[in-house]
Amino acid sequence: MEQTEERKVKIRIQNLYKVFGRNPQRAVGMLKSGKTKDEILQKSKLAVGVADASFDVYEGETVVVMGLSGSGKSTLIRCVNRLMEPTAGKVIVDDIDVTQLDQDELREVRRRKFGMVFQSFALFPHKTVLQNVEFGLEIQGVDPEVRQAKATESLNQVGLKGWGEYYPANLSGGMKQRVGLARALAVDPDILLMDEAFSALDPLIRTDMQDELIALNERVQKTILFITHDLDEALKMGDRIVLMKDGAIVQVGTPEDILSRPANDYVAKFVENVDITKVLTAADVMKKPTPVAFVKDGPRTALHKMKEAGLSGIFVVRASNWELVGHLTAQRAAAAAKAGERWIDHLTTVDDCATVPLDQPVRTIFPMVSGDPIAVIDDSKILKGVIVRGSVIAALSERGEDEDV
Amino acid sequence: MFEIPRMPLAQWVDGLLAWLTSAIAPLTRAFAGFVRGGIDGIVAGLGFLPPVVLMLLIGAAAWWIASRKVAIFSVAGLLFIWNLGLWGPTLSTIALVLVATFISMLIGLPLGILSGLSQSFNKMVTPVLDLMQTMPAFVYLIPAIPFFGLGPVAAAFATVIFSIPPAIRLTSLGIRQIDREMIEASDAFGTTTMQKLVKVQLPLALPTIMAGINQTIMLSLSMVVIAAMIGAGGLGGEVWRAIQRLRAGQGVEAGLAIVIIAMILDRITQNIAVKKEQA
Ligand SMILES: Nc1ncnc2c1ncn2[C@@H]1O[C@H](COP(=O)(O)OP(=O)(O)OP(=O)(O)O)[C@@H](O)[C@H]1O
Ligand SMILES: [Mg+2]
Repeated sequence: MEQTEERKVKIRIQNLYKVFGRNPQRAVGMLKSGKTKDEILQKSKLAVGVADASFDVYEGETVVVMGLSGSGKSTLIRCVNRLMEPTAGKVIVDDIDVTQLDQDELREVRRRKFGMVFQSFALFPHKTVLQNVEFGLEIQGVDPEVRQAKATESLNQVGLKGWGEYYPANLSGGMKQRVGLARALAVDPDILLMDEAFSALDPLIRTDMQDELIALNERVQKTILFITHDLDEALKMGDRIVLMKDGAIVQVGTPEDILSRPANDYVAKFVENVDITKVLTAADVMKKPTPVAFVKDGPRTALHKMKEAGLSGIFVVRASNWELVGHLTAQRAAAAAKAGERWIDHLTTVDDCATVPLDQPVRTIFPMVSGDPIAVIDDSKILKGVIVRGSVIAALSERGEDEDV
Repeated sequence: MFEIPRMPLAQWVDGLLAWLTSAIAPLTRAFAGFVRGGIDGIVAGLGFLPPVVLMLLIGAAAWWIASRKVAIFSVAGLLFIWNLGLWGPTLSTIALVLVATFISMLIGLPLGILSGLSQSFNKMVTPVLDLMQTMPAFVYLIPAIPFFGLGPVAAAFATVIFSIPPAIRLTSLGIRQIDREMIEASDAFGTTTMQKLVKVQLPLALPTIMAGINQTIMLSLSMVVIAAMIGAGGLGGEVWRAIQRLRAGQGVEAGLAIVIIAMILDRITQNIAVKKEQA
């Protein structure tokens, strides 16, 4: 995250503790002196939910909190909007320390800043879909017409146009969670808190919902704190991932960091089972695209470059910006040289090349890498790298994977 | 011979009751006035309609709230009662049940809500309710007499005491058993305590609350019959008279009428909650 310096911190969680039981304060001291969660439970009957958690969430970022069952994810997210009272520590949202607010101020902050989505949807069965989506606005005392309009728009956003008059009981799981999402979005919060929002859904629906949330967030630009116990989901959704164990944070990093530089054995174990080909993209495995031929090169120059590098073909780009023009084979270049051609620009077009965008998952590239090299290009067709069969395998083995490709 | 003197418990209770009777006289007077007014009003209102019209109205209500089957049963049952010549006593029994239930709700629902929201209040109320429900029904007749004398008001008082526990208990239970995520959802959107109660907790607890009301009505009806001993009149009075005169046939007739009324009230109130759910 090299740009983090300029980005605004939206949520700062600072040395946060949550302990359940009588006089929970006692456990904070014990934790600080190095006692483990189990020892504390044995000695004092206090259950540690979150132990000394600190991390920042930047504006517009999606941070995924991940960990096994009981690791304290739900407790952590509930401390952020104080559905649970933190035992110690701070939660700072937009420079306001949420832990210091009185009930009225807290209610205001909840109304203005947060939208929350729940694992089992938590839709109100006695309200229609539209009334559910209106709920947050209704609570705020917004006029019925205004809130209906906003709620309808929010429903359309999640692809549930026309379902407003139904009751939640009539909807499938995936649709229910869309309503849950629409309800959270209707109040136009800065922050979405999502506790295992997709965990109760069928795998296929779940993937759809993940994709849609990513797409939706491109438009609405929310800061998202997303909880899951599923690593694949975390890798897919998270700009950064926070890994928890026994209430403590073990590692914070980008999906790449977590995969390639696990902080300890616990993280390594977690990561072990991930199919790495699902997370790597073309950008991760491509090689430098040198040498290339320029459009102003003659066929002989191109042939020479190929010969030097031991290639049977070469990518042709514009010298000014490296925009991809085509792919020239040695055979074709030799024929042109013989015919006395002076330029190679008319010998090839982009259609001659196999191309992929930078963020193409490696998994989908495998079937393509048998023959000619593949050009990796960005949105404006600039050549960024090339992928040959060897580079994919090399990238995988570098990360300790020994998959049969 | 050494002898432990007998404890004058009965005297104590009598003394306490005598004191209470005068201390809360304004309250008892208000209660008596309300009950008498309520019963007279309802009996007059219902008696004003020709029986057939009333039967059809009840049938229509049963159809709308419950089902056609219940509607047919209601009309047939009421016709049967009318045919037996028990229409008048039936009306006064229904009036007494309605008034007693209304008062039970008036007191029971707020108490139930309070105990649903407050753990410590719930802990206080629960043993009292346990005691009230294990007490034999006719024990409540005894304090009713010094307060109100013989008659329908005393009967209504005993009935309210006897039938109020389920209203409190089930209201409290209905609020308590709401899914935790529902409450969290409400809190997360920034509801005030009142908004949460009115917009989330009460609607979600409604089916359970209705079950409590249903039970309260059923208990009222059974108590109204027992309360015939202290002058409740109505169908219970008919049974009571039949027992005293050893007229088994008349007793069975009045008993059957009570069963029919019980079934009609039960089916109709049971379905109010369900109806709301689907609405
Ligand atoms: N109300 C509570 N009282 C006592 N202990 C609690 C309470 N809530 C949570 N805990 C404890 O705190 C720890 C963290 O629980 P939490 O629900 O946050 O875990 P989680 O990571 O969300 O797990 P899951 O994936 O199962 O949802 C657990 O050990 C749990 O037993
Ligand atoms: Mg959880």
